[in-house]
Amino acid sequence: MTSSASALGSVLAAEGSGGDGFHAPTIAEFYPEPIAEFSLLGVDFAITRITIISWIATAAILAFLVLASRKASIVPSRLQFLGESGYSLVRDGMARDVIGPKGLPFAPFLASLFFFILANNAMSIIPFAQISPMSKFALPLVLAVLVWILYNWVGIREQGAGKYFKDAAIPPGVPIGALILVTPIELLQVFVIRPFTLAVRLFANMFAGHMLLVVFSLGTVYLLQVGNFSMIFSPFAFAMALAMTFFEVLVIVLQAYVFTVLTATYLNGAVEPAH
Amino acid sequence: MNILAAESANPLLPPVGEIIVGLITFAILAFVVIKFVVPSFEKAFVARREAIEGGLERAEAAQAEAKAALEQYRAQLAEARGEAAQIRDAARAEGQQILEELRTQAQEESARIVARGEEQLTAQRQQIVHELRGQIGTLAVDLAGRVVGESLADDARRSGTVDRFLAELDGMAAPGDGRGAVAESNR
Repeated sequence: MTSSASALGSVLAAEGSGGDGFHAPTIAEFYPEPIAEFSLLGVDFAITRITIISWIATAAILAFLVLASRKASIVPSRLQFLGESGYSLVRDGMARDVIGPKGLPFAPFLASLFFFILANNAMSIIPFAQISPMSKFALPLVLAVLVWILYNWVGIREQGAGKYFKDAAIPPGVPIGALILVTPIELLQVFVIRPFTLAVRLFANMFAGHMLLVVFSLGTVYLLQVGNFSMIFSPFAFAMALAMTFFEVLVIVLQAYVFTVLTATYLNGAVEPAH
Repeated sequence: MNILAAESANPLLPPVGEIIVGLITFAILAFVVIKFVVPSFEKAFVARREAIEGGLERAEAAQAEAKAALEQYRAQLAEARGEAAQIRDAARAEGQQILEELRTQAQEESARIVARGEEQLTAQRQQIVHELRGQIGTLAVDLAGRVVGESLADDARRSGTVDRFLAELDGMAAPGDGRGAVAESNR
């Protein structure tokens, strides 16, 4: 048995014993001790570190957006250009191109979603915060439910309740025999799976990203301190943590983008009759 | 690690309080973005588009205005030219008329002057002829008397002789003179 193998053995052993070995991050990572706790109308509120991070992220993106748009002029300042680019991405790339001609009224909501998710995601790699509020299910769930309410409401308003639900249950052009299979799937898809996947996709990406970063960061420190031959693996763990951080940057932007684009796609289906 | 909080550790079942706090956080952001940020950006977009399109429109309007002004100037110029030509024509016609009048007047004047001169001339000639006739008669008689003496003292014969002589004189003078009117008036 090489010493590295024994080190791995001790790591694995430490998992069970809870001794001096490597403490792998657990789900408790996402349940920090509350800073303040109170009960209002029978609902328990716990303000934790993650709640504060969410507020800071939201306040920061709001400050940026307000500063960028406050003196919006024909010739944009650098800050205004940055804000405009972000807004244009949502307005032109999603509201107009994905939803269609009726899409522009949704641009403000889509922009709110995009910037909110982007800012909160970004906290997963911001030093000292280093955890995204989106890695807790509550926030993605809130957004997904809002999106679910919005696209169903828009669908009913634009197409009428009867036609909207009928098209959702019986997609045009499907043979009658296939409806036995298609109708339950379609109904499940539109009214359950869509919001659920929307929320879980965002949550799971941020959750897993945080776990990976924590594992490699803690691993770097542990291997450095383990005091035997395994020390030489510490730089590898560090390199992995670094690589994962860059990967996380991609995930942060991509998940904000994907969430917003999917919302636009669902809105498109609601605005226009099924094809 | 905090094991205490992990008791409700199903990550897919968030506590209601967290959901409400998250909802409020997002609502605040959405409110500000929808109410202030997006309208401000949209206003800038509209202003930018108008600055480009409006600039083009303004340029077109200015061009049209300039063209209209040019057109107007041209029309005015043509009008002025026509007017000038008209005035010139009128002046020429008036000059012609004045010239004609003056010519007529001058002709009349000269005719009058000539007529008056002729009249005077005729009157003078008549006077002279008259005087001469008397003087010639006397002179001739004197001369003849001196030449012939007292033989021709008989009054009747003398006057007949003188008259005949004068008539002869007239007949001689008339072809030589060539002017019938004068000869006529002499009778």
